[in-house]
This record gives sequence, structure tokens and C-alpha cells, in this order.
Amino acid sequence: MSSAVQTEQERTRVRAHRRRQSKNWSLFLLFAGPNILLILAFIYYPLFSNMYYSTLDWRLGSSSATQIGLENYAAFFTSDSGLEVWRVTAIFTAGAVLGSMILGLLIALVLNKKIPGKTAARTAVFSPYVLSGVGVAMVWNFIFDPTRGGLSHILGFFGVSSPEWYLNEDWSLFMVIIVYVWKNLGYCAVVFLAGLQSIPKDLIEAATIDRAGPIRRFVSVTLPLLTPTVFFLLVTNILFSMTNAFDILRTMTPTGHGTNTIIFEIYLQSFGAYQRAGYSAAIAVVLFFTLFFITAVQLRFVERKVHYS
Amino acid sequence: MSLTRSRTPKDDAQRRGIAPEDKKKLTKAERKQMRRGSWLDAFSRQNLADTILTGYLPIFVALIVIVLPLAWMVSSSFKPPTEIVTLNPTLLPQDPTLDNFGNVVDRVPLLTMFGNSIYVTVVGSSIKVLLAVTTAYALVFIKVPGRNFIFLGILVALMVPPEVSMLPNYLTITGLGGRDTLWGIILPGLGTAFGTFLLRQHFMALPKEMFEAAELDGAGHFRKLFQIAAPVSIPAIATVGLVTVVNEWNSFLWPLVITGSAEKMTLPVGLNLLQSVETQAGSYGILMAGAVIVIAPMLIIFAALQKYIVAGLTQGSVK
Repeated sequence: MSSAVQTEQERTRVRAHRRRQSKNWSLFLLFAGPNILLILAFIYYPLFSNMYYSTLDWRLGSSSATQIGLENYAAFFTSDSGLEVWRVTAIFTAGAVLGSMILGLLIALVLNKKIPGKTAARTAVFSPYVLSGVGVAMVWNFIFDPTRGGLSHILGFFGVSSPEWYLNEDWSLFMVIIVYVWKNLGYCAVVFLAGLQSIPKDLIEAATIDRAGPIRRFVSVTLPLLTPTVFFLLVTNILFSMTNAFDILRTMTPTGHGTNTIIFEIYLQSFGAYQRAGYSAAIAVVLFFTLFFITAVQLRFVERKVHYS
Repeated sequence: MSLTRSRTPKDDAQRRGIAPEDKKKLTKAERKQMRRGSWLDAFSRQNLADTILTGYLPIFVALIVIVLPLAWMVSSSFKPPTEIVTLNPTLLPQDPTLDNFGNVVDRVPLLTMFGNSIYVTVVGSSIKVLLAVTTAYALVFIKVPGRNFIFLGILVALMVPPEVSMLPNYLTITGLGGRDTLWGIILPGLGTAFGTFLLRQHFMALPKEMFEAAELDGAGHFRKLFQIAAPVSIPAIATVGLVTVVNEWNSFLWPLVITGSAEKMTLPVGLNLLQSVETQAGSYGILMAGAVIVIAPMLIIFAALQKYIVAGLTQGSVK
């Protein structure tokens, strides 16, 4: 008898639980559903449809396409133009990341001193990071102009003639790296500054008492304690420089001139002169997995960082 | 909150050899005196050379490199063509003119583009922030099985750059008839992973007691979100909102791909068009006027609200 009562009670409890659960689900979907739907439709669906398109020989706008398996990938990894994209991406990424990190660290070291007016300086240094890449690139187009630009006047003052920034492919690549570093170094400076300020002052003071000079203090005390920040910036900067530079590249070298990094190539292949949609989709898939790999590496390091501190 | 805020003055006090207990008794005037102390410190006779050589000189060089291009842009936008093509340019325009801005309006429908940019930025950001708030709330406070799995799915979306989804989204939006429309520009970017992520972290740190009291009063999730969670999170929401505004205003790739006629372009795309038609050396003044129009609004917003914007953009670096 008592067992029958128990099961009856249990049943009511289960039913109440289910009712609560389904009420929770409908509320959850009401709150989060639209966002989840948008992410599925415009981020996840493209990811998978790209994988399908990447197996096609297909021109954008054409109604016919041929299945060619993995040929697009093979072309991207073996053809001269594909390998050129990898070379340009590697140089651009290395230059952009090292340039903005080294200059950012130098600025952060100066801003870390106790001097009046440094907050205003910090704001000014960070400001290019929030400005339109197109606008910034237009300004630098004027500065780099070999005959009328501000830079040619400055170089002329020292008796040097301006390099052919727009005609020579190597100079073009160097030029877009300079602009990217200019826009990005304030971000590195602010993150480095936060890292520097988290270093306990007494450690630096102890080293000073032990008569360590400023360089020795930096190399033996500051830099080791800054490693988590360096790792963080290294990874985020690699990811940013591979994905955020499109507006500068497109505005300064509209059809790609020694500046076809992987993101620029995705755009140029499908929306540029060639309209090779299938090939472009294959590059997009490769880019996604490259970024996925870098992020996975970062997560490992972040874990280590937690144990370290 | 109050703990972290008091940390800096306390450290300051300790560095100056004042015991922390004395700190509380400091009046406003005394604190001002202490700040003055750091000025005197930096400019005292033994520190003066050090302050100038290793402090102000490098900062000055850095500021020149950062500010000069922007100053050059503003100055050139007021210069007539003769002052642009001259071989002896001056930093300030000798004969300032507004012709360049007038010329931009003649070449492209500037006011329409400016309006488009404002419309896309305001509508896009408002919807994104609302979605981020409700999604983050659901992920933290509405208990359904598998919500951590859903959060993981949103995290992965965070690292997919727009270039990867450009081609399929172009086909989807074109299929829906959204090519060359403002809603076509806005729609694919509405799903927000960044804002959801940031606000979820913030909501998780809110004290549970705050909500328990409201639950005893019989408050449902709507009231808990809009009367408790959202109002106490205004700074975090403002951060998400401002970062979203900056990104929407500067967005270039997607509007470039999906628009065709000048009347539907946002400012960055319109300026790109302007640059392709103005190819003579003398027209740099017109191009700089265009650059001023796209850059100045963000520069002003940043100058006014830099604290929130810097915090939002450097998320993840500082715990």
C-alpha cells in the first residue's frame, strides 16, 4: 500500500519536474533562440556550405558547376599563386605581429613610469585602433604618395628619394605592414601596460637594492613575469593580423599587389576579376582550420599560465 | 568592487611611506597635495633629466608618429588643390577652404551614405546588444540541460572571421532579395558571440542573493532580467554597446560585397568608391575630407568614452 503512495508521489514529482523543464526550455528559447538561430544561419551554415562549395569548379553567378573533389585544395597548396599567398601571409603576419608588439612594449615601458600626463598619452596612442581602416588607409595613401606625399617630403629633406611604394611589390607589402602596425600598436601598448602594472613593485625594488641596472632588471625580473602577457598578445595578434587587415589591404592595393594575404585572396578570388567561387571557398575552409589550430594552442598556454601564476 | 578601486591610492600611500591606516584620515586637500607630490617628484632636480630623457622624449616621439598623420589629414582637408600639389607643403593651410567637403558631396551622395552608416550602426548595435543581454541571461540563469554545450557553440562562432562566411552569406542574402538593401547589410551580422561572451562572464559574477530576494517576491525571469540584472550591469552593457558601435561603423568587407549602388552604401564603402574616381594628385584634399568624415565621429566618441571602449577591446588580457 505504502509503495503505491510512494510511486504516486514520485510520479507527481516527475511530472512537475518535466513541466518546469519544458517551461524553462520555452523561456530559454525565447531569450536565446533568436541569437542562436542567427549564429546558426550566418556563421555555422556558411562554414559547412563552404566545405561543399570548395569541391566545385564554379564561377560566381554561373548556374553550372562541376564536382572536382579536392582539386581546389591541391591547387591552393601546390600552385605558384597559392604558395605566393602563403609567403605573403607569413611575411605580413610576422611583420605586423613583431612590429606592433615590440613598439607596443617600448611605449608601455615609458608609460609605466610615474610621470604626469601619461593617461592622456595612453588615450592618444590607443586611438588609431578604433578608427575606420578605410579612412586610415586613405590618409596613408596620401602620406606614401611618391611625389606629393608627406613622407616623400621628409625623405627629400634628408636627400633620399621615395621608394616606389605602389609599383614594387616588396615595398607595397612593407607599406601595408607599416600602416597595420601604426593602427595596432596602441592595443599592444595598453595590454602590456596592464601586464607591467600587475608586477609587484617590491620585486623591482629588491633588484634595485641588489644593484641590478635597468636593463638587467628588465631582462631578469620584468620580462619573465610578463611572459603570460607576451603569449596572450602573440596569439591574439596573430589571429587579428590574419583577419582584421582587409580594409587596409583593399584600400591601399585594390587589386592586390604583392599584398594578397589569405583573407584578401578569399575576397579577390570570388569577388575580384576571377569569380572563382569554389576556389575561394576552399581557401576560406583552410583559413578556418588554421585559426582553429592557433586558438587550440592558445587554450593550452592559457591553462599553463593559470598553473604558473 | 570597492576593494579593487581602493587598491591604487593605498599602494600610493604605502609607497610614500604612509601607513595604510592613516590613509582613511586623508582629506581631499591632503590627497591633492599627494598628487602634487608626484609632480614635484617627477620634476625634482635629481629626477628632471631622467623624466625628460626616458619619459617625455619617447612619449613625444610616439605621439608625433600617432598624431601627425591625423593632423595632416585634417589640415589637408581644408587645403585648396594648389597647396596639395606644391613641393613645399605647410603644416597648416595658408588659404583654408571648405571646397573639398563640397566636392565630396558633388562626387558621391555623401549625406545619404552618412545616413546609411548611422542607420546601420544604430539599428544593428541596438539589436545586437539586446540579443547579447537576453542570451547571456538565459545561459546563466535559465537552467536547461546542455546549455554549456550551447555556450561552447557560441564560443567557437567567436573565432570565425567574416571573410570565411562571406560567400555563403552573399548567396543567402541575395536569395532573400537583400542585395543592395540596408537590411541586407545589417542581418548577417546580428548574431552576436562577443557580447554574449562578455556579458555571460559579467552575469556569472553577480551575487546570487540579489536574485533570491526577488524570487521570494515572485519575480519571473523577465523581471529579474530587466529590473535587476540589466540595471546593475549598465557599465558592462555600455562596454559591449560601444565596441559594437565602433565595429559596425567601421565595417567594410560585408557592406562592400552586398551593396552595388551608391545610395545604399555605408561611408567606408562610399569612400572606397570616391577613391577610385578621384585619381589626380590635386584631389587628395577631397579624399582627406572624406577620411575626416568617416574618422571624426569615432574619434569624438572614443575621446569621450575611452574608458569603456579600451576595457571592452582589451577583454581577456586583464583578469
